[in-house]
Amino acid sequence: MREIITDVAIVGAGSAGLSAAYQAASAGADVLVIDENARPGGQLFKQIHKFFGSKEHQAGTRGFVIGEQLLDKVEKSGAKVLLDSLVYGLLPDKSMGVISKGQNYSVKAKKIIIASGAKENYMAFPGSTLPGVMGAGAAQTMINVNRVLPGERILMVGSGNVGLIVSYQLMQAGAEVVGIVEGAPKIGGYGVHAGKIRRAGVPIYVGHTVERVFGKEEVEGAQIVAVDDKWNKIPGTEKTFDVDTVCLAVGLNPMTELVWMAGCQFDFIPSFGGHVPLHDENMETTVEGVYVAGDVTGVEEASSAMEEGNMAGVAAAEALGYLEHEEAERRKQEIRGRLNTLRSGMFGAGRRSAKEKQLEDMKSYLAAHKRTAAEQKEEVFFA
Amino acid sequence: MREGVAYTGIPSAEELAACPGVPSAERMAKGRVAVIECVQEIPCNPCENACHFGAIEIGEQITNLPVLHEEKCTGCGLCVANCPGLAITVIDKTYSDTEAVIEFPFEYLPLPAVGDTVDAVSRGGEVLCKGTVTSVRKIKAYAGTAVVGIAVPKEYADDVRSMKRLKRG
Ligand SMILES: Cc1cc2nc3c(=O)[nH]c(=O)nc-3n(C[C@H](O)[C@H](O)[C@H](O)COP(=O)(O)OP(=O)(O)OC[C@H]3O[C@@H](n4cnc5c(N)ncnc54)[C@H](O)[C@@H]3O)c2cc1C
Ligand code: SF4
Ligand code: SF4
Repeated sequence: MREIITDVAIVGAGSAGLSAAYQAASAGADVLVIDENARPGGQLFKQIHKFFGSKEHQAGTRGFVIGEQLLDKVEKSGAKVLLDSLVYGLLPDKSMGVISKGQNYSVKAKKIIIASGAKENYMAFPGSTLPGVMGAGAAQTMINVNRVLPGERILMVGSGNVGLIVSYQLMQAGAEVVGIVEGAPKIGGYGVHAGKIRRAGVPIYVGHTVERVFGKEEVEGAQIVAVDDKWNKIPGTEKTFDVDTVCLAVGLNPMTELVWMAGCQFDFIPSFGGHVPLHDENMETTVEGVYVAGDVTGVEEASSAMEEGNMAGVAAAEALGYLEHEEAERRKQEIRGRLNTLRSGMFGAGRRSAKEKQLEDMKSYLAAHKRTAAEQKEEVFFA
Repeated sequence: MREGVAYTGIPSAEELAACPGVPSAERMAKGRVAVIECVQEIPCNPCENACHFGAIEIGEQITNLPVLHEEKCTGCGLCVANCPGLAITVIDKTYSDTEAVIEFPFEYLPLPAVGDTVDAVSRGGEVLCKGTVTSVRKIKAYAGTAVVGIAVPKEYADDVRSMKRLKRG
């Protein structure tokens, strides 16, 4: 097995991983980013819509353009990006198993930043295994990356920003969206995104769920039903749609497998998508030298993923001695300010309090246990 | 069904009346002006940066609602294409004795051509009346968003907000 040795190894070349790479490499660290895809950028390259956020977060710029700008910065910073490469294991001594183009590698790093993103939730109902039922993210990849239409007539399940945005993009790609179904009494995403859908004549059925999807070999139709506030179905309120595709946009959950493997401690925060790693203000987990950033720390959005990546990159560079304490502090202060602005308002305040809980739980954990230094782990391993 | 943007995706009459981005009836009567129907506190501010005349203010806290300083607005329309929420239109109620012009962002292909007759739709996508296309602008600063203007009978000016998508050829 070939061995690669680097200062900082980063799992995932999405918003968070690339931002971390840029920060650490431009401070002088030797950085390697590893991603399983053929192209870097993670979720960003699927996002053809103009982003929200503030001017500093390039709001009003389309997602893929933000991705191109970030990549350009990363290339100039000297960080290396290894594509088509899967990280399949991570040990507490910070060595990783990587399979790259059929070759096995062991990557040893002084600091590891896990920025593996999130995956889509699934939902089971009669007919949910029929071809034509798919994740909204999958449909988005089909239209915006591979340029194929998943279907002609689509029912979207879930009215969060993902469900709303993907519905809009499916219509832009030429499909018809017959409706959006939402179990909660309110629309989950931003009103302005919902407004685009409504102007296009698409109804949003709040307080409804999918009863069943039917078809012989593939989806031929779907039935929805109203639910009361305890999610009990209300008989007699069924509606049937003639559709060939049902998209599920029912939330995301953090991709934490590697973080578990590294031996990090977790918190349970439902609004962040379930189990999320404990981390401190520097994005460092309970295992010294293992950092996390982006959706893997709790599902938020691209702007906050970039800022968490910036934070982890600066902190890792500082810990390796590439940044003076004062300079690092100054940068962290700026990043913290921007993160606070992002986590505010009627949609962001919940994320801010969730993040505060995660940081508080980390403090209590550290007070009770010392952070597990990799060396201590090794002693245990070889004792 | 309950009213309001959080339930229907359409701002209610009360929400619009309270919205600081919607100009007064007096200002509307004077001609071209931006109508910003953005009623939820979301982290977003490109409209403020887009306006060269200082007519839109959000401030430090980016979740504040955009406030339109209606006396400063020239109706230039730059904010229309720069709003990722597609929440801004420019309305000219002085276009003619009988018609008003609504300029709205439009991100579907094919685009209409000037002079075409199209179906003018409400905030809920309902066809209200016919409209005549007066302008179709697609410039670099709009980054892929087209801004389409349509003339509609004056009585529909407060309700028409877009047009029906055209069939693909
Ligand atoms: C439909 C949709 C619309 C969105 N719209 C917006 C928006 O308007 N504004 C906004 O701010 N955000 C938006 N987002 C959210 C935003 O895309 C994500 O929050 C952001 O991309 C998260 O960045 P990340 O770097 O944490 O993860 P990702 O971008 O998911 O990147 C993680 C990368 O890690 C790779 N990876 C994971 N595990 C491994 C492994 N073991 N080995 C190798 N590689 C691995 C993955 O393949 C992926 O490329 C949207 C998301 C969706 C789905
Ligand atoms: S129309 Fe022009 S002047 Fe008026 S708010 Fe928009 S950008 Fe500013
Ligand atoms: S750019 Fe559009 S969505 Fe964003 S704050 Fe301004 S009006 Fe609202």
